[in-house]
Amino acid sequence: MEENNTVLQIENLTVHYVLEDETVEAVNGINLSLQRGKVLGLVGETGAGKTTTGLACMRLIPNPPGVIKTGRVLIDGTDLMTLPEMKMNDVRGKEISMIFQDPMTSLNPAFTVGEQIAESVQLHDHVSKDAAYKKAQEMLELVGIPAERAGEYPHQFSGGMRQRVVIAIALTCNPKLLIADEPTTALDVTIQAQVLDMMKQLIEKYQTSVIMITHDLGIVAEICDEVAVMYAGSIVERGTLEDIFNNTMHPYTEGLFNSLPNIGHRGEDLKPIPGLMPDPTNLPEGCAFAPRCAYAGESCKCVRPELRAVSDTHFVACNAYSRKDFSIERSKPHE
Amino acid sequence: MLIPVILITSFIVFFIINLAPGDVVAQLTGGDATQEEIAQVRAQLGLDQPILIRYIKYLGGLLHGDLGTSYVTGRSVYASYMEKLPATLQLALASIFVSILISIPLGISSAVHQGSIRDNVGMVAALLGLSMPNFWLGLLLIIVFALNLGWLPSGGSDGFKSIILPAITVGTGLTAMLTRTTRSSMLDVIRQDYLRTARAKGVPERLVIRKHALKNALIPVITVIGTQLGSCLGGAILTETVFSWPGVGRLILDAVNSRDIPMVTGCIVLKTITISIILLIVDLLYAVVDPRIRAQYSKGGK
Repeated sequence: MEENNTVLQIENLTVHYVLEDETVEAVNGINLSLQRGKVLGLVGETGAGKTTTGLACMRLIPNPPGVIKTGRVLIDGTDLMTLPEMKMNDVRGKEISMIFQDPMTSLNPAFTVGEQIAESVQLHDHVSKDAAYKKAQEMLELVGIPAERAGEYPHQFSGGMRQRVVIAIALTCNPKLLIADEPTTALDVTIQAQVLDMMKQLIEKYQTSVIMITHDLGIVAEICDEVAVMYAGSIVERGTLEDIFNNTMHPYTEGLFNSLPNIGHRGEDLKPIPGLMPDPTNLPEGCAFAPRCAYAGESCKCVRPELRAVSDTHFVACNAYSRKDFSIERSKPHE
Repeated sequence: MLIPVILITSFIVFFIINLAPGDVVAQLTGGDATQEEIAQVRAQLGLDQPILIRYIKYLGGLLHGDLGTSYVTGRSVYASYMEKLPATLQLALASIFVSILISIPLGISSAVHQGSIRDNVGMVAALLGLSMPNFWLGLLLIIVFALNLGWLPSGGSDGFKSIILPAITVGTGLTAMLTRTTRSSMLDVIRQDYLRTARAKGVPERLVIRKHALKNALIPVITVIGTQLGSCLGGAILTETVFSWPGVGRLILDAVNSRDIPMVTGCIVLKTITISIILLIVDLLYAVVDPRIRAQYSKGGK
């Protein structure tokens, strides 16, 4: 019963970008699974491999230089990595859709928005042009754009409107999985809230599973059921929203929370994580976070930590937890 | 726009022809004419007047749409030009067609497989088309297809068959520029985010390139095609000579050889007008391809 509800299963996914004289280890053996109708927040700083993970699920990693080294991506039990390209075109847009970060560049300037939405319908539902266009107009209404604007071109829309169009394209064939790659990052705050709100409604309405790629913990708190924190191509902590926010375990996740300004303590200095992410062409042998970690011990530098289960839902990859009494600052009770 | 261009071109042509050695009178009268006979012909043609006066008179005629009459044949320049224009137009369109047929697929495939063998082979082929002298390629084609194989006529203009060789000759000369433009324009487009959006919708790669990318890459391509069409309409003088194609190019060449000033100036003025019209059509085509330009036009050309 549980098994049947799993929409997405990523097993040991590794993606490298092989350049002329170096290899960028963008994603290193990650495992994820997602239930129907759930929203997973994929969190991490720029360059952590979030977008690469998303693109790998679509098999849209630009190749060359990107290579999916190992791993399986199962949608309803079908492994996408072994599908022929022809079949993959049927999956894209129909089973999995993706929303990209920048709405200003992700729409084709030479076609009307109606045509761009209708194209997806025509490809996957094999209906006539007119029927597809009608469906496109309905989708526009659904994302809050009047249907008569279907004949207009992207340059006639504002950023927020364009992102609504992109969302309409992604959802028009009612996909099982939606990968939203920082869908609101390029929008200003008031529009962010509107777009997010609308997405939330649509996701609930269609029971779509979502991977929400973001670095904004506010969005995660707002919309996600589960959270996976990525660092240097690996998942360092994974759990329910509750687990991650109220029972933070990984030092990196703690660092993310500490970097947020706290409205309750306005005078307080921000506590950014010191240092930078390691060079992905030259990852350290041990824990990738060790050089920046306040808790790192000797063993952290040479042993790469595995994800270990803390509870049924909560997993963390940190060597420090081999020590019985270890806990991070955030989870210690304070005044 | 058109008027200053016509003024300037006609002025330049008029004076340059005058600077050239030899004049039409010697040709008209033959070698054994007396001084008096020559002077008489000069006066008859108005050649005894200073050049500036002649030019102003010419402009006066131009204002009324009168391009003058040929010194040599005595026929109206306009009529002679229009008689030759259809042949040139045919050849120009056929050449552009050949060029498009070769260049666009070659340019696209070079861009899609950038840096690969296919890219390099395509670029070398295009360069070859440019480097080969037209008259030489023309002669080569005549030798192979007209003389040896006897499939196609070597010259003249009767029907579809006779246009094939000249069109290939002129067309291959145009491919280099057009292929390169197509390639670089496609390369600009091919990395754009909206192609990724199209792929994410499940659009097959073939369609992503031909529909989504090509339409956005067309503007520079249309510009080049328009300019090339313009230059073809001036007449491909060498090719027309090699294939004895009765076009404008040869008309101008003959006129220059006989120092037939009204004919040369008139032909070039008409050519200027034709090219301007072509460029106007090109500008309008932009609007068909790019909705943003269309929006500008309807706002009153701001």
